[in-house]
Amino acid sequence: MSVLLAFAAAFLFASGTYLLLQRRLSRILIGVGLIGHGSNLVLLTSGTGRGVAPIIGTADPSEFADPVPQALALTSIVITFGVTAFLLALGYRSWRITHDDVVEDDVEDRYIGRRAEADQVVEEEELAEREQAVEEDRR
Amino acid sequence: MNSLVALPVILPLLGAALGVIAAPYRWVQRALALTALAANVVISILLFIEVDGDEMLVMQAGGWKVPLGITLAVDRLSAVMLVVSSLMMISVLVYAIGQGAEESRFAAFNPIYLVLAAGVSASFVTGDLFNLFVAFEMMLVASYVLLTLGGRPGQVRSGMSYVVISLVASTFFITALALIYSATGTVNMAELSQRIPELSSGVRVGFSLLLILVFGIKAGLFPLFFWLPDSYPTAPGAITAVFAGLLTKVGVYAIIRSQTLLFPPDAQQGSFLLVLAGLTMVVGVLGALAQDDMRRMLSFHIISHIGYMIFGLALFTLAGIAGAVFYVVHHIVVKTALFLVAGLVERRAGSDRLSRIGGLVRSAPMIAVLFALPALSIAGLPPFSGFVGKFALVGAGIESDEWPIVAVSLLVSLLTMYVMVRIWSRVFWGEPGDPAIAEWIESDESRVPRLMTGATTVVVAMSVALIVFAGPLYDYARRTAEDLLAPDRYVETVLGDDHSDETAKGDDG
Repeated sequence: MSVLLAFAAAFLFASGTYLLLQRRLSRILIGVGLIGHGSNLVLLTSGTGRGVAPIIGTADPSEFADPVPQALALTSIVITFGVTAFLLALGYRSWRITHDDVVEDDVEDRYIGRRAEADQVVEEEELAEREQAVEEDRR
Repeated sequence: MNSLVALPVILPLLGAALGVIAAPYRWVQRALALTALAANVVISILLFIEVDGDEMLVMQAGGWKVPLGITLAVDRLSAVMLVVSSLMMISVLVYAIGQGAEESRFAAFNPIYLVLAAGVSASFVTGDLFNLFVAFEMMLVASYVLLTLGGRPGQVRSGMSYVVISLVASTFFITALALIYSATGTVNMAELSQRIPELSSGVRVGFSLLLILVFGIKAGLFPLFFWLPDSYPTAPGAITAVFAGLLTKVGVYAIIRSQTLLFPPDAQQGSFLLVLAGLTMVVGVLGALAQDDMRRMLSFHIISHIGYMIFGLALFTLAGIAGAVFYVVHHIVVKTALFLVAGLVERRAGSDRLSRIGGLVRSAPMIAVLFALPALSIAGLPPFSGFVGKFALVGAGIESDEWPIVAVSLLVSLLTMYVMVRIWSRVFWGEPGDPAIAEWIESDESRVPRLMTGATTVVVAMSVALIVFAGPLYDYARRTAEDLLAPDRYVETVLGDDHSDETAKGDDG
């Protein structure tokens, strides 16, 4: 049972990571969701193994499954759900603005990159000029 | 006194709830938010005084016994973080009200801001690793909303990557928690401190690295910082100041807390952290040098200074950790001040692009003064608090014979000076590079509201006050470091005397 869940979690993590590395926003969102499920599954299986539902009065306490991971998993599911909903809303907003769900580059980054290129062009020109000057001197 | 511990979390949340009800009346919301945050300042100072009288405060939420319930604990480190963060939260809120941009346009601003305050406080007072996750989420969800409140294209684009990277960090945190729980059977930090030493060394190192990864993303540690300079500058001015001052430092706090409390000395990642610290410093400051936008420059610069804090921690000596704690406090105040000034510059000059603005020292001498003080402090010039912090760290590094990192930190502080001089010469000296900007500066519209300047002045005054109180504060940081290096007292106070008997009985059965 536990081995099966471990494989399930591994599969969720693997496919989630793959989707996360894509360029399309919709795939990234699904990837984030899958990784979230995977981690919740790991949390759920972190208890002491199988047992009956831990409700006092229904069975002997020694037969209970560990209730702590269940409580933790419930909390984390609620949080992941909320954040995913926010992310979807943000994704929708992004689609409304750009009509495209490809994640854009950082504009400022590109600007800085262009400045570096421009610097290089100037440097090369200066170098060429200097070489020309040296050659003229020789003549 | 012990029940005060929960108030820094409860009061802002209460204020937020009432603020939602009072949504149509902005002045009620403002009054609620200011009252809640002012009360937070008072309570934090009370806690600070109490804790420094050699008494740790612990509260079991809901009266559940350890380790079933949620433990809230305040020791010296938590107390000083609470005081500084509550002071920053209220100053920045006043600034935001003065700025009147997002704060007056959106009814959601004040309540969400209070949730952020509650999340930050909760991260500092919690004594439970899972609750730390919840506190992080509270803080992060609030920060997502504040970051993207305007809904402008740039905000949505950078907000997207910020949310995704934070969410991935959170899922790693859940996974780490699950693994730790299955290995130790608890998520209470005091209990973990007792049980983790019993694990095999490989597992311990694994947990330690996992937690560094998770908190490193929040703190902006190399190589996990890339999201930070992209997303912070797009937030509304006042909000960037809070993010820059506090959010990364919550990550640093979590690294300091988890590495000192949970892991025994032989499982600590000293040299690994030192390498990370060095790279974080260098990459951050070089990134800052390449930028043309004042707020982006300062954002890159945060990363560089996270390196200093991690450097202090990574030494794992009394002097090192004391230096790191001092540096965290100094950096929260000074960085918030710098970002508030960047907001003033943007308001006065109509842009924060270095190539377009200039000559503000003539048109706005007050802003120039307000920038110069924290800038000199962060560059580490004596007698400013940055000098004291760097001096303490470098001294600790030399004491531990870690010469490479000492050399790197000195070089980086030189480059920091260069960054600050570059901002100064482009923004305050010379002439505006753009004629439209020159016109704007002359016009009446560019007047900065008094409340904004006032709030900035208060924060800058606090950063100056750090010079005056540097001695007592450093002594306090040393006492904090003593506490952190001897976690037994924390464990005993949280678990109580009767608990150790109970676990002994449980082990027999």
